[in-house]
Parts: sequence; C-alpha cells; structure tokens
Amino acid sequence: MYPSDYRYTKEHEWVKVSGDTGTIGITDYAQHELGDVVFVEMPAVGAKIAAGRVFGTVESVKAVSEIYAPVSGEVTEANALLSATPETLNTDPHGAAWLVKIKLSNPSEASALMDAAAYQAFISEKEASA
Amino acid sequence: MVDFGGWDMPVEYSGIVAEHMATRTAAGLFDVSHMGEIEVRGPHALQLVQHVSCNDASKLVVGQAHYSGLMTERGTFVDDLLVHKISDTHYFLCVNASNQDQDFEHIRAHNGVGAQIENAGARYSQLAIQGPKALGILQRFSTTPLDSIRYYYFAFGKVDGVDCMIARTGYTGEDGFEIYFAPEHSEKLWSALLDAGSGHGLLPCGLGARNTLRLEASMCLYGHEIDDTTTPWEAGLGWICKTAKGDFLGRDALIRQKEKGVDRILVGFEMQDRLIARDGCVVSIGGSPAGRVTSGSPAPFLKKNVGMAYVPTASKAPGTEISIGVRANQAPARIVPMPFYKRAK
Repeated sequence: MYPSDYRYTKEHEWVKVSGDTGTIGITDYAQHELGDVVFVEMPAVGAKIAAGRVFGTVESVKAVSEIYAPVSGEVTEANALLSATPETLNTDPHGAAWLVKIKLSNPSEASALMDAAAYQAFISEKEASA
Repeated sequence: MVDFGGWDMPVEYSGIVAEHMATRTAAGLFDVSHMGEIEVRGPHALQLVQHVSCNDASKLVVGQAHYSGLMTERGTFVDDLLVHKISDTHYFLCVNASNQDQDFEHIRAHNGVGAQIENAGARYSQLAIQGPKALGILQRFSTTPLDSIRYYYFAFGKVDGVDCMIARTGYTGEDGFEIYFAPEHSEKLWSALLDAGSGHGLLPCGLGARNTLRLEASMCLYGHEIDDTTTPWEAGLGWICKTAKGDFLGRDALIRQKEKGVDRILVGFEMQDRLIARDGCVVSIGGSPAGRVTSGSPAPFLKKNVGMAYVPTASKAPGTEISIGVRANQAPARIVPMPFYKRAK
C-alpha cells in the first residue's frame, strides 16, 4: 500500500526524493479521511515552500484540509491533472495524483521523516484509537 | 464516526457524492434516530402547540403534518420542527437532536394550559427513506397503500411487521418517507430496507449527504441559517409564520419587525469560480463586509458550489454580485433564487 521508497509525515503527506527533485503528495489514509476531493489549490511554479509549513489546500465535499510541506524547496511543477480531475486524488494518491514537484533546497531533510513501515505503524495506531 | 448531539453517527458510508446522487436518482436510507420527539396530549394540546410555535396548527387535519418554528418571546428560533396532528388531543413534534431537552423545557415552561408533555425521544427510532424509488422499496414491506399518503401527511401502519408512524416528509428535496417506531426494531428495519433497496440503487447515507442534500434543496439547518438570534422573516420562512392566528410567543416582536422591515435576509449564492465558500466565511458587497455564510458546500447533483448567507435586505436581489473571503482570496459569487434544486414533479 505505502511505497517503500517514499517518506511520510504525521500530517499524511509523502515525498519521493530522486536526486535533487522531490515529488510531494498526500497519502491514501489522507484521501480516505477527506472523502470525495473536489478542489486542489497549489502554489505557482517558482514559489518557495518550507518544511512543516502550509503550502496548499485540498478540499473535499465535507472539509478543507491544509497541506504541509514535508521538505523545503522551490516548486518546479504543479500537477495540472488535479485542476481538471481533482477526484484522481481519491483513486491514485501515491501515483498520478502527486501534488507538486520541487527542487530540494536540503535533500537530507527527507531522512528525518518516517519510512513506510513507520508510517504504517503510525496510522494503525491512529485507527486503533479512533 | 462523529459525535453529534451525543450520538455516534457516520459522516459517510460509501462517500458523500455517491450517497447524494443515489438519493437524487434512486434512493437513500438515513438512520435519523437521533432526532427528538416530544408529544403533547390532552384537551388543551392544541392551545399549547399554538402558543409555542409560529405556524397555525389549528389548520392541520388529523393525519397531517407541517413545518414550524418554536419561538422565543423575541420571535427568534428555539428550534425548528415538524408538527404532526395525531388527533384533536394529541400532537407529535419532531425536533432537532441537540435541542430536544431545551425544547422540552421551553414548552414545559410555557405550558399554562395544563397539557401533558412527554419528552419521548427514547421511545422512538426514526429511519428516512428518500428518493424517487423510496416509495416502491418501502411499499414491499407495508400493506398501507403508501401512495395514498399525500406529501406532509402520515398514517399508522406496519413496515415489515413493525408498528410505525409513516410520514411522507423529508429533508432532502426528494419524495420519500420518515418512519417512527420502537427502538428495538431498528436493526431489523434498517437491514430489511437496505437489503431490499440495494438492487434498486439505494445506498445508506450519513450526515454528510444529509447536509449536502438539504443545502441543495435550500432547507434551513438549526445552528446555521436559524438560531435564537434569527427570525422567520429574516430566514425566508415567512410562510410558516402566521401572525394572524392569534397570540403566540414572539408574535408581538414578529409583527413589529414585519412592519419595520428586516435589516438582513437569507439569500442563496453560487460561486463563480472553483473556490468553495464554507460556513462562517465573510460576504462582501461592493468591497465592504456585509454578512456571513451560514452554510456552503459543493452541490453534488447540480455540480456547482453553492451556499446561503445573510446579507443586507437592500442587496438581496438575484443577480447581485458578491464576494466571499475564502482563505486569502476574495472569491466572486452571485446571488441566485432558492431553492437551488427542485425535483421534477
């Protein structure tokens, strides 16, 4: 379920690092909690985002959710697919529905985040207490 | 599950959009057992109902229901409710879950005529089956000819062998029924209706779809469009406010406000871009703050983003351009006529 080459945050974002590029998205757990996604607001190309800070918004029918940057960098691409079909976030959150790609300003930041096994344990604990 | 007035209730089963669309096109099944019931009995039952509510219950015939408001002396809402006339000496009130106890206390405090009042919520479960296929699905379980129950009327009959009050009422903008029965039959009736309906496109629906359906149909929700600071005139509910019926709580204040005219009024709006207004967002007109959104959401059937808001009465005309503060944006919107959605008859 959760790709082993991604890193994860407690706010349910993921980042995939390859070289100095980071691809950022939200997790399957997050899309499930949100329900039907209807709108995605992302920063423009060139915007700087900072680890732990809000950089975008995902809205479902029932709720608005702020998205926190797992790592820092400069946006090089926002996923155009999501403005036409935001519901892709419900069906392919770890793949086609990535949110932004960034040029990492500090590629080592990602190593501080949870790996797939740790994230899986984190959400299992949340589900057990819910 | 979320806590809703002390009840653990699902926001969604299969997804708000799927549940909403099923209710518009086939049927939706809602467990609304949280709703409160208050029964008023005795030779002076009508007098008490007339005293505490703003609609004219003397116009009801046995077996008929209407929408009404429980009023404060200021003419504002203690709650909104459905009043069912079971007999000349027995009225059955369906009220909001979270207001049930305060409604009961309010009615009791104003019972100057010696009517018997029962806070009866614990004696009833309620299921709502709504949508174009609701009648057909429910009819399979009942010998009562359901199509003979007209809109906003009710009958006593059996559903799957269980004694029920079967009312042709709802909170979705669709045809359908709300059935009241003893709580021990809840699981059996829920399962039976779900099983029978699933082959006809029926889906179980949670609080999320209940909210989007009522908003799309422009129905008020207590705590949003109406509360103890809003009057029926302001909320566009003048049709339930019968000041000519004689004295009742709030009548003087309501007559004064009607003569003077309301300063603000509830309107519907449609967003003009993709942003979604939510409850509490500030409405601006001509660049100045002018009101607040009371409910806002995507409307899944209409595929628009809509909402309701209070605006100054002078700005109420459909077509008026407004803007709504959504995060850092001033999102353009336009006042439109309500209801947003009206089913084809």
